[in-house]
Amino acid sequence: MIDRRTFLALTAGVGTATLLPGLGKAWAAAGTGTRRLVVVFLRGAVDGLNVVVPHGDSAYYEARPSIAIARGAEGFLDLDGHFGLNPALIDMQPLWRERRLAFVHAFGSPDPSRSHFDAQAMMETGTPGNAGARVGWLNRLASSLPHRGTTADAISLGPTTPRILAGPAPVTNVDAGPNAGRPIPLDRPQVNDAFARLYDGDDAMSRAFHEGQQARRQILADLEQEMQAADNGAPSVNGFPAQAKRLASIVRRDSAIKVAFVALGGWDTHVNQGSSRGQLANRLQALGQGLATFTKELGPTLDETVILVISEFGRTVRENGNGGTDHGHGNVMWAMGGPINGGAVYGDWPGLATDRLYQSRDLAVTSDFRTVIATVIERHLGLPDATLAKIFPEIPQPQAPYERLLNA
Amino acid sequence: MIERWLRLGLALAVLSVSGAGVFAATAPDTPEHRALHLLNRIAYGPRPGDVERVAAMGVDKYIDQQLSPRSIEESPKLLQRLGELKTLRMTPPQLFDRYEPHPVFGRRPTPDEAKAIREESRIIVREAIEARLLRATMSERRLEQVMTDFWFNHFNVFVGKGLDRLWIGSFEEQAIRPHALGKFRDLLGATARHPAMLFYLDNWQNSAPGSHGPGGREFGLNENYAREIMELHTLGVDGGYTQADVIALARIFTGWGLPRGLRLAKGSSDNGFAFDASRHDKGTKTFLGHVIQPNGIAEGEQALDILARSPATAHHISFQLAQYFVSDNPSPKLVDALAKTFHDTDGDIREVLRTLFKSDEFWASDSAQAKFKSPYEYVVSALRLADVTIADPRPVAGLLAQLGMPLYGCQTPDGYKTTSDAWLNPDAMTRRVNFATALGAGRTRIANPDMAPDSATPLDADHLIAALGGDVTPKTVAAVNAAPRPLKAALVLGSPEFMTR
Repeated sequence: MIDRRTFLALTAGVGTATLLPGLGKAWAAAGTGTRRLVVVFLRGAVDGLNVVVPHGDSAYYEARPSIAIARGAEGFLDLDGHFGLNPALIDMQPLWRERRLAFVHAFGSPDPSRSHFDAQAMMETGTPGNAGARVGWLNRLASSLPHRGTTADAISLGPTTPRILAGPAPVTNVDAGPNAGRPIPLDRPQVNDAFARLYDGDDAMSRAFHEGQQARRQILADLEQEMQAADNGAPSVNGFPAQAKRLASIVRRDSAIKVAFVALGGWDTHVNQGSSRGQLANRLQALGQGLATFTKELGPTLDETVILVISEFGRTVRENGNGGTDHGHGNVMWAMGGPINGGAVYGDWPGLATDRLYQSRDLAVTSDFRTVIATVIERHLGLPDATLAKIFPEIPQPQAPYERLLNA
Repeated sequence: MIERWLRLGLALAVLSVSGAGVFAATAPDTPEHRALHLLNRIAYGPRPGDVERVAAMGVDKYIDQQLSPRSIEESPKLLQRLGELKTLRMTPPQLFDRYEPHPVFGRRPTPDEAKAIREESRIIVREAIEARLLRATMSERRLEQVMTDFWFNHFNVFVGKGLDRLWIGSFEEQAIRPHALGKFRDLLGATARHPAMLFYLDNWQNSAPGSHGPGGREFGLNENYAREIMELHTLGVDGGYTQADVIALARIFTGWGLPRGLRLAKGSSDNGFAFDASRHDKGTKTFLGHVIQPNGIAEGEQALDILARSPATAHHISFQLAQYFVSDNPSPKLVDALAKTFHDTDGDIREVLRTLFKSDEFWASDSAQAKFKSPYEYVVSALRLADVTIADPRPVAGLLAQLGMPLYGCQTPDGYKTTSDAWLNPDAMTRRVNFATALGAGRTRIANPDMAPDSATPLDADHLIAALGGDVTPKTVAAVNAAPRPLKAALVLGSPEFMTR
C-alpha cells in the first residue's frame, strides 16, 4: 500500500504545476461574502471506480474485463499518472486544470450496510450504525451558521425535504426540475391579484405566500434568460444541466442561502453499465455538464463556494455476470470550488489486490466521510470543534490529514 | 375570537349584497359553526350538506356515531370501488408469492423475468393509494379514516424500503385499520407481528448472537425495532428507558420475524409472521425493572403488555392525539385528562377520543382554525368540499408528493409531522393556491380523466360557502365578489380559513 503521505506528495506536485495564477485564492480575501456549501448526492451508489479510474492498479483491469475504462483513444483522461477521469466527464477537465476540482478516493462510511435505503440514511444523518436518526447533518450545519433575514438558510431542489436537510433549521424546497417552467395558474396576473388580496396581511400564511411568489418570479426570470426550453420529461440526471443553472442563479442571488442540496438518481448500474460509452457514461456526461454549468453560472460566487459530490457506497470491484456491478463499499468523493486545493486525488489508496479489499470484494474505505466533510466545513465555514462535534457526533479523530484539501 | 364573529356577520352582509342570500344566519356558537368545527377536525371537512346534517342531529350524536364506525352504514359506491381492488385483501404471504421474484422449483428468475414481476408489483401500491384516497373522500366512517391515517403515521413504515412495497397496503388494512378505534394493546401487537414492520425496522434479522439468521447468515442483535417501539410507538423519547432496556427488549424480540428463506407462503402464520426459537436469546432479561424469565415468544407479548400499560405510554399517546386534534401545543391539563382515560380504560382508544372530543379545549373558541392543515388534510378536504369523486387517483398522489407528503412515502419511522412548522412554507402556499385554482375552475382530471381542456365548468362559489355553513371571512367574500367567475370558487378553496382546521 502506498502510504498516505507519499500519495499526497505524489499528487501535490501535479497540482502545483497546473495552478493558474489568481484563481482559487480569491475566497480568502472576500470576507464580506457568504460562504456556501453545496452537496450533490448521487443516489443509487455510483460506480466510483469508473468515475476516477485507478488505471495504475493492474487489478482494476483484471477485475473488469468488459467494463474497465481503457487506455488510449476514448480512454480515461489521465489525472496524475495513477488515476484517470471517465472520458464522459470531459467537461470537468477545465476545473481540474484550474485546480478547483479534487477527489478523495476510497471514501465512504464505516458502516457495512449495502442497503441503499439504510446507507443513504446514515450518510445523510452523519450517524453510521444508526439508520433511524432523524436530523440530517446538513440541517445541523445550517442551524450552526448565523441566520440572516427571514428566509430559509438552506435550499433543496425537488419537492420534498431530503433526510440530509431534515431538522429544525428552516429549509426551502424549490422544484427547479424539468417542469419548473411550465405555466402555473398563479403566473396569470388576474389569479395573482385575486389571491394577493386574500394574503395581504403580516401573518405567517401571507408571508409564506409572498415569499413563494418572489421565488416563482425568480425562476421565471431565469427561464426567460435561458436559450433553450426546459428539457421536458427528462429523467433526473439528464435534466441536471438545466436544473443546475437555476440552482446557481438562486444561490448566486440569495446571500441568505448558505447550504444547498440536490440529489440525482439513476446510478444503480447492476446490468450493462458500459465503459467509456454506455449507460453510466451517459449519466456521467449529464452530471459533468451540469456541474460545469453550475460552477460557470456561479461566477465570482464560486470563489466562496464548495461543492461536494457524494454517494451512499461504491460498487463491487469485480464486474458481475450482467456487465454491471453490484453494491459495494468504498467510493470516490468530488470536491470543487474556489476554496478547494484542486488538481489532486487525495486519500489513502488501499489498492485493489484481493487481500486489500473490504470483505475480499469491495474497495476499502480509508477516508471516513465524516472526517473529510468535517474538515471541509471547519476550514471553509470556520466552525469551531465544538460545533463540528454536534454536526458529526462521534467523529473519528484526527481531521488534520485532509486540511490540504482546502487552500490555506 | 370576537373578530371572528364580527367577520361572520360582515360576511353575511356582503353575501346578501352578492345575491347569495341562501344561507341561514350564522351566529356565534351556532349548531352550524360547531358542526363545521367538528367536521374539520374529525372528518377531513364537510362534503356539501354535511354541516346542515350534523347541525341538525347535534354534534354529540355525530361524535357517538363516529366513535362506533361499524354502526355506520358504508357508502355502497365506495364499497363497490373498493371491491374492484384485487390486492387490497391479499395477505403478506400471498403478496410475496405473487409479486416478488423468488426461486420457482429451485430456479432463480432471469433478470428480465424479475423485472417483469417487479413491474407488475406496482399495482399493490397503486391500489393501496386508491383505497386510501377513496375512503378519505367518500367513506361515511369519517373518524375511522382519520384515525387510520393517524395510526399509520404513528407506526410509520416506508414503501421505498425493500419488501415493504409489497406489504404497505396490507399493513394498513390488516394491522392498523381493524384497531384504529380499539384497544391500543391490540394495535401495538398487530403492528409488532406484521411483516411490513418486521422488515422496515429490521427485526426480522434480530437474532441471538451466535445463532444463524434468515438465510443462514449470522446477524446478531439488532436494536432498531426495540428502540423505535419505545421512543416512537409507546413510551416516548423521555419515557424513562435506558440503553440497557433497549438491549433487553432487542433480546426479548430475537426470533420475531419472517420464515426462514422468506418462505412466506408456507410454514408461517396467515400474515407471514414467524417466530424462530433457534434464533431467540434464551437468557433471563431485565426490562424496565421487570425480570423476564426465558419463555420464548411469550416474552415479547409480556414486553408489549408492559409497554402498552406504562403511564409514559398513556401520556405520550395522549399528547400526540391532543396535538393532532386540538393544537400544536396542547395544554398539559388536556393531555393529563386523556392519559387518565387511557389508564382507566386499559388503553381504549375510543374512550380516550370520547374524552378528547367532549373536552373544553376541543371546543374552546381559540381552538377553531388553530391547526394548519397538512398537505393530505388540505387536499382531501378540498376534494370533499368540491364534491369530487376520484376517478383517477394518480393526479392526487402526484400532488401529495409535490406538496412534500407522498402517501406511504415517509422514510423515517417517526412519520409525518402534524404541526404547522412542518408544512407552512412558501412553496407549499404556491402549490396549494395553484391546486385550488385548478380545482375551482373545474380543470382537474381527478374526477374526469378524459375531460377536454376547454370543457371545464367552474364550481359555484356560493355552493362552497354554503357547504361551509357560510363560515368564511369578509375578506374572502370581498375577494370572491371582486373575482371573475372562473376564479370565485378557487378563492374559497385557497382562502386562509380553508388552509386551517
